[in-house]
Amino acid sequence: MVPLSYYLVLSGILFASGVLGFLIKRNIITIFLSIELMLNGVNLSFVAFAAQWHVLSGQIFVFFVMVVAAAEAAVGLAIIIAVYRTRETLNVDQVNLLKL
Amino acid sequence: MTPNKYLWLIPMFPLAGAAINGFFGRHSSKRAITAVALTLCGASFGLAVLIAAGFSSASAPYYFDLAHWLRSGDFQVDFSFYLDQLSLVMMLVVTGVGFLIHIYSVGYMWDDDGYYRFMSYLNLFMFFMLTLVLAKNYLMMFIGWEGVGLASYLLIGFWFTKDSAASAGKKAFIVNRIGDFGFLIALFLLIKHFGTLDYPALFSKIQPLVPETAGVGLLTSIGILLMVGAAGKSAQIPLYVWLPDAMEGPTPVSALIHAATMVTAGVYMVARSHIIFERAPSASTVVAVIGTLTALFAATIGIAQTDIKKVLAYSTVSQLGYMFMACGVGAFSAGIFHLMTHAFFKGLLFLAAGSVIHGIGGEQDMRKMGGLRTYMPWTFATMGIATLAIAGIPPLAGFWSKDEILARAFDANWVYWLIGVITAFITSFYMFRLMYMTFGGDYRGGPAAHDVRHESADAHAMHDKHAKDELAHDTHGAPHHGEHGHGEPHESPWVMLGPLVVLAILSLFGGFIGIGDRFQHFLDPVFKAAAEPGLQEPVREAGENTREYLLMGISVAVAALGWFLAWLLYSSRPQLPARIAQHLGRLYTAVANKYYVDELYAAVFVNPLINGSTTILWHDIDQGAIDGTVNASADAARHISDELRHMQSGNLRSYAGWVAAGGAVVIAYMVWMGIR
Repeated sequence: MVPLSYYLVLSGILFASGVLGFLIKRNIITIFLSIELMLNGVNLSFVAFAAQWHVLSGQIFVFFVMVVAAAEAAVGLAIIIAVYRTRETLNVDQVNLLKL
Repeated sequence: MTPNKYLWLIPMFPLAGAAINGFFGRHSSKRAITAVALTLCGASFGLAVLIAAGFSSASAPYYFDLAHWLRSGDFQVDFSFYLDQLSLVMMLVVTGVGFLIHIYSVGYMWDDDGYYRFMSYLNLFMFFMLTLVLAKNYLMMFIGWEGVGLASYLLIGFWFTKDSAASAGKKAFIVNRIGDFGFLIALFLLIKHFGTLDYPALFSKIQPLVPETAGVGLLTSIGILLMVGAAGKSAQIPLYVWLPDAMEGPTPVSALIHAATMVTAGVYMVARSHIIFERAPSASTVVAVIGTLTALFAATIGIAQTDIKKVLAYSTVSQLGYMFMACGVGAFSAGIFHLMTHAFFKGLLFLAAGSVIHGIGGEQDMRKMGGLRTYMPWTFATMGIATLAIAGIPPLAGFWSKDEILARAFDANWVYWLIGVITAFITSFYMFRLMYMTFGGDYRGGPAAHDVRHESADAHAMHDKHAKDELAHDTHGAPHHGEHGHGEPHESPWVMLGPLVVLAILSLFGGFIGIGDRFQHFLDPVFKAAAEPGLQEPVREAGENTREYLLMGISVAVAALGWFLAWLLYSSRPQLPARIAQHLGRLYTAVANKYYVDELYAAVFVNPLINGSTTILWHDIDQGAIDGTVNASADAARHISDELRHMQSGNLRSYAGWVAAGGAVVIAYMVWMGIR
């Protein structure tokens, strides 16, 4: 049995690298991926706690998060494509106007 | 006794006049303004006479409660009027002389742009003055007291575009405020210890008290504080300095407010409070000493003044000193008698001086007058009568009242009498000096005088008038333009001379009501009924009459001597005064400069106050501390914001960074707490 702290440390590392990527990356797809990374860091701690305490609600919550993340990915990628088509760039620093 | 019911209308008529002219006067014709002002003032006089006709020395005091005012526990003050023999005399003097001066003002102020304002203020003054004398309690009196101060301020500063007039008005108001402070504290003491300000209730509580012969007790402090108030209003030492400056106002104002009525309010107040003073001998002594000193002091200043109105102003201060001397020695009715005759002859002197100033185009310097007797015979005659009256030449009004005061002063202490007689001599001297300089000799005005004439607003008001007068004269075919810029000195119109003649008649015969102590007996119900038995007038002994005639003879002799000296110096040998002045040197300079009292006050009180206010209150406290605190907090807020605004860059990722950093801090904190 792997101790809970291992999962939590990994979860923390995943979340922290997500935050770091979100903060320092310019490419919008990389930022998007970083957000997914943070979500999955949180998911990991959910399932770890669920397994530890034998409570199902943690695992169910993870499904909800995954559903929302999938929906978000679909919408987000659509927006990214739309942005790329109009701006011809994926650098967020150059995408600072809502209206051209 | 029916007219008594309408007593409250006496002050209300002038108030209505003031309101009508004040609100609508700007757009009404001068005739309408005149009609309103004179009708309402005259109505008030007529009603006063009607009431007086039904009021004898045997009549009981009459009260009229108009409305409730203050109710606080047991303490209450009403708007109520009170008529006894004393307020009756005051009411008649105020309405009578006031009405005459209203008429005079029509002629004097007709061409002034502020005519409606002037008439409105005059009516307002009448309202407050009548409230003062007809009040039934001290608080009502205080309303009138403050109100006449306000009217006086407005009228002294009537030509407010002139700097000296504006500051004279301010000075009068501020100096009066010092006196009012004393008056107010006296009222607080009365409320605290007697619980009422109503004359009848208050005096019946004070009456059984024994006189405070030793030390400063309650009644003594109240008396002295009342005297402080009276000294402010009635221009006594040390608060007399405002009255000479008040001559900046138009001359009818000087006559009405600063000679005949308002300045006598202090005397009236002391006489009204006679029950207090009779039970506070030390306070009475203070009153007598202040009065006596003021009489002498102001008279000596009057000798060396060259401005005709300033001479009269110092004369007024001096005569008020006589009245206080009388009140101080317990001769209240003599003081009120002199108040009345003084209202006649001093009002007349001022109005005649106004007529002179008017006649020669706004000049007030007596050195540029002279020889006016031939140009304005009526003014000369009436002013001559007033001068004889104030000098105390029998049988004119001033003789009777002044003699009464001097006789009573002699009974009290011969020092008062001696100073009073010396003052009478000086009075006679400076008044005849004024007459000789103004009316005797040859006219010293003329074209040369015009360059050095001080261009007062008074002069400006006259300017226009003269232009019109000259036009009028020309149409009559009188060749009038000569070397004189304003034309020759000329007599005033009848609307101005009429009041002069009436007042002259009163100055001639007004004293006769005092023969055989008739005036005194008329006031006896006020002053005697309540008097403390021990202070009653001593029984007349044999030989009393001889002494009285001797005193009378002395005062007439000094008056004649003063006249002779004035004749010698200013008519017979006019080069003498300059030589004498030269010989006296320092003393003369001091007198001519009013003993430097204004300078002394400026150095001791005014300048330290202004400097202290400027450096400490203004620069240090207001600008330094208060403004400093406000500005510093504003500056601090701006500097902090200046730094903080860098956080709000508009860059989304930096916000995310702050969120992450904040989250990290929270986690670190919780972890640290957990470890601990």
